[in-house]
Amino acid sequence: MAAKKEALLSKQNRKLLSDPLNDNNPIAVQVLGICSALAITVQLKPAIVMSIAVLFVLAASNVIVSLLRNLIPNRIRIIVQLLIVASLVIIVDLSLQAYAYDVSKELSIFVGLIITNCIIMGRLEAFALANTPWKAFLDGIGNALGYGVILIIIAFFRELLGSGKLLGFEILGHSGKTIADSTGLYAMGYMNNGFMLLSPMALITMGIIIWVQRSKNRKLIEK
Amino acid sequence: MDRNSNAYTFLFAIIMVIVLGASLAFIAESTKEARKRNVELEKKQNILSAIGVNVSRDQAELDFDTYIKKQLTVKSDGSIDTLVNAFTIELKKEVKRATEDQSLPLYIAEKDGKTYYIVPLYGAGLWDAIWGYIGLDSDENTIIGAVFDHKGETAGLGAEINQSWYEDQYIGDKIMDENGNFVSVKAIKGGTPLSNLHGVDAISGGTITSDGVTDMVEERLARYIPYFKNN
Repeated sequence: MAAKKEALLSKQNRKLLSDPLNDNNPIAVQVLGICSALAITVQLKPAIVMSIAVLFVLAASNVIVSLLRNLIPNRIRIIVQLLIVASLVIIVDLSLQAYAYDVSKELSIFVGLIITNCIIMGRLEAFALANTPWKAFLDGIGNALGYGVILIIIAFFRELLGSGKLLGFEILGHSGKTIADSTGLYAMGYMNNGFMLLSPMALITMGIIIWVQRSKNRKLIEK
Repeated sequence: MDRNSNAYTFLFAIIMVIVLGASLAFIAESTKEARKRNVELEKKQNILSAIGVNVSRDQAELDFDTYIKKQLTVKSDGSIDTLVNAFTIELKKEVKRATEDQSLPLYIAEKDGKTYYIVPLYGAGLWDAIWGYIGLDSDENTIIGAVFDHKGETAGLGAEINQSWYEDQYIGDKIMDENGNFVSVKAIKGGTPLSNLHGVDAISGGTITSDGVTDMVEERLARYIPYFKNN
């Protein structure tokens, strides 16, 4: 028999959760999943809902693939993984449409886009195929959180600077047709930066996040 | 069994597809009723909000019967087709048919003793379908409410068409000019003063969706003009 059973949250397992948040962040370090980081970060709410959906799909597909890892024929493993991810996404989509209609409307096409999220295939291929289900589960949660954190940071700045709102609340005051009907900052002549709403600013915000992260975390700087 | 053999690979693939296919079919079938009901209630909710009645989805069922007095199927020459139930018409299919073959649903509502007309819309945005409802006052000219929605426009840009700041711009605008000719209401890039009765501000960064709304409103409303002229 193998040595003493590993504790559920041993140091090594905790690292599976915390690594993707910083040292091995799927977006900022591995630069995967950029497409959705651009597409759904105009507002905070869809970014949060997307992060939760990815969390579910990534954790569940990691566990399923890990359970089947000794059965999946090597030659068709990619297509098997794709099939599992696609089925999970369809299940999420149908359940949302039936029982959480408003959330499903909020996410619209982005649920389907989870299938093409490179982070998911990347984790299945690199981790779930070679590790036990519990470890795969933690890895899935960790990576989805790492993805969600970046998404939410970008969405925070884009919604705040682009529309002066957070989660739909006008926190910088109300912007009326003229300065006279405006309140808060807008009454002093402040204007929203429409450029923040466009995709290039998501990339630039992302670049700034990577810069800040690397200046704090010297390990990540390539020689 | 050898896991690298062709037989195993085929067997695995077949079992996998059958298991996943069956479970997806099961889930799709068991949520079907709930999904259909959500869509139907939302349609009623949208129709009501085009005449300024904003209610929750659950309340929409009751209020729909209270306010909506008539559901007509109008033909392109302005006559009424009594054989088709207006609520069940799928505009998605109708818009693909030749103009003269289209069945046009029209809802006639009564609120506070006044008659209102609600015209359903259907068109194309940037990525996918857009649709909506326009409520017209009893003069068949002044817009009293507009509701838009979309399948997959970009969040924060084109998707803003379903926000009240965009929809409310249509209120008070007119679809006919002073001489009674149909001119529709256009979404104008770069903005337009409130006094413009035939234009609203387009969405920054959502030009193609805004143009889609302009085309949809113009194309759909134009088909009802023969009916409005007759009545």
